Amino acid sequence: MTEPGFVPYPVLHGVVAEFETPDSLVSACKKAHAAGYRRMDAYTPFPIEEAADAIGYEKTQVPLLTLCGGILGGLSGYLLQYWVNISAYPMNIGGRPLHSWPSFIIITFEMTILFAGITAVVSMLTLSGLPQPYHPIFNHPRFTAASRDRFFLCIEAADPKFDLDKTKQFLQATDAIDVAEVAD
Amino acid sequence: MEQVPETKASATMERLLPGQAPVLTPGHTLETITDKIVSIVLRRPVTLGWLGGFAFFFGLLNMMLFAMAWLFYRGVGIWGINIPVGWGFAIVNFVWWVGIGHAGTLISAILLLLKQGWRNSINRFAEAMTLFAVACAGVFPLIHTGRPWLAYWLFPYPNTMGVWPQFRSPLLWDVFAVSTYATISALFWFVGLIPDLATFRDTAKNPVAKTIYGLLAMGWRGSARHWKRYESAYILLAGLATPLVLSVHTVVSFDFAISIIPGWHTTVFPPYFVAGAIYSGFAMVLVLAIPIRRFYGVEDMMTLRHLDNAAKVMLGTGLIVAYGYTMEAFYAYYSGNAYELFMFKNRMLGPMAWAYWCLILFNILIPQVLWIRKVRLNPGMLFGTSLVILFGMWLERFVIVVTSLHRDFLPSSWGMYVATRWDYAVFAGTLGLFFSAMFLFVRLMPMITIFEMRMLLPQSKLSEEVAADD
Repeated sequence: MTEPGFVPYPVLHGVVAEFETPDSLVSACKKAHAAGYRRMDAYTPFPIEEAADAIGYEKTQVPLLTLCGGILGGLSGYLLQYWVNISAYPMNIGGRPLHSWPSFIIITFEMTILFAGITAVVSMLTLSGLPQPYHPIFNHPRFTAASRDRFFLCIEAADPKFDLDKTKQFLQATDAIDVAEVAD
Repeated sequence: MEQVPETKASATMERLLPGQAPVLTPGHTLETITDKIVSIVLRRPVTLGWLGGFAFFFGLLNMMLFAMAWLFYRGVGIWGINIPVGWGFAIVNFVWWVGIGHAGTLISAILLLLKQGWRNSINRFAEAMTLFAVACAGVFPLIHTGRPWLAYWLFPYPNTMGVWPQFRSPLLWDVFAVSTYATISALFWFVGLIPDLATFRDTAKNPVAKTIYGLLAMGWRGSARHWKRYESAYILLAGLATPLVLSVHTVVSFDFAISIIPGWHTTVFPPYFVAGAIYSGFAMVLVLAIPIRRFYGVEDMMTLRHLDNAAKVMLGTGLIVAYGYTMEAFYAYYSGNAYELFMFKNRMLGPMAWAYWCLILFNILIPQVLWIRKVRLNPGMLFGTSLVILFGMWLERFVIVVTSLHRDFLPSSWGMYVATRWDYAVFAGTLGLFFSAMFLFVRLMPMITIFEMRMLLPQSKLSEEVAADD
């Protein structure tokens, strides 16, 4: 029955340390980054910008994508009106020129906001890989506290510097109240 | 409320003026905040009061459906509208509801950009209020078209008729403004909900609730990388929603101001419509917040400080509205235009004068009690003042729509406007839609943003040595 390459015990996702305060989490993140770990993630019940900075994630693509979405929306809004009024369905309204741009501004503005807003949300979700039905970190027995009052740092087994014993010792040397292995 | 260990109890880190209430009553911890908000939905049994209130408003909603069925069968002739008053209750109610929605976006977006910490406990339900108010507003233009099943003709799409919408018309701008507003408000609300839905998923014991909240949370796990993108997207949405909310009521006012009807054709309309929208919106926020904080025991999270601040916003925007009324009268006089002058005289002394003077009383005179600090800190009196303002703002739109139309340029075409029972039935029905949606919302979703409340705690702030870059 067993396939070739079957491993009879769960493969390791990483080692997870649990913290009680944002301070101890962020200093542990900084220490881990200084020790050369890169494949890691912090899990917190509210946004802590310093934690993301500490694990080496300092810049997001969301603002740039949002700008592009907004420009695309504005252009498509204006060009749609231009095309409809000039070529598809030209109509004389009160003797105004066909290309009466001031009346096109409002819809151009609304389309800019609409496209930019949708891009901001969609890019935030897709860059984060959400929706995601399964993630190994949820195998941690007390991970539900990450959406409540506890702070977690996970150094993943995929990190080139990862060594089960050494990484465990490293995390135990921080202010962690608990260090556990988490299956993949 | 649960008892909190002494060691963790401390005030939020804001500096209070003498006698000022805090934004969050001291003594909370990460755990107590989470438990308190989650338990309102997941642990609290359904009470008779909730059932009764919901049944009442759901009944009103069903009355609206009945009235609309009759409307679709008979046509808009069952309403009081006729020439010269072709815009009656439908437009009055539309403008009133859109305006109420504005306070939600103002609280969630503009106050976020201005870093006002007191927004954190009232933003969620104010955003929900926005969504439901825009839904109520959307009903009216749709059914006012007479043939609502053809409403999709308003959108530009390639069709076999070979026609396109008229992009120079303010009514089409309205379609784009209101539908964009509804979309962005829904996105803003949902994005704000994701982390709290994850908390619900992790706390719920009922497997069905756990699954539903889990699906909605989309696998949110509070990763630092996700939070960073999340914060970035959230602040961008706030930045986008801020000009949007100002534009929406501006465009609604264009429906009037772009026309040449005396009483509508004035440049003061956009700013005074926006101020009026925020005015009525904050009144609705208070009408909802005061009972909610009492019945659900969240006075420690929605404190007197919130009521005080909301009352001050009402006072400020109310004065802008008063300025708008004054300028309307001044323009009529200063224009030297006979029709403008007549319109205003007719508005103040004609057959609808009662409505004009009631609106001056309700929107300008009575709200001046908000200058008194004792009134701002008294929930009962604030509730009453807010109801008065809501009614006054409805009258304002009634006066603008009806008194400008009913006696126009030619005396031979003058007429009166009397609303029929079907007008009242649809209006009361949208109140039913709004409040029954609010009743469901407080029982199904976290009505206070849990993760933002956590950020108000002093223990959530990093100490300076850790926060410092090294």
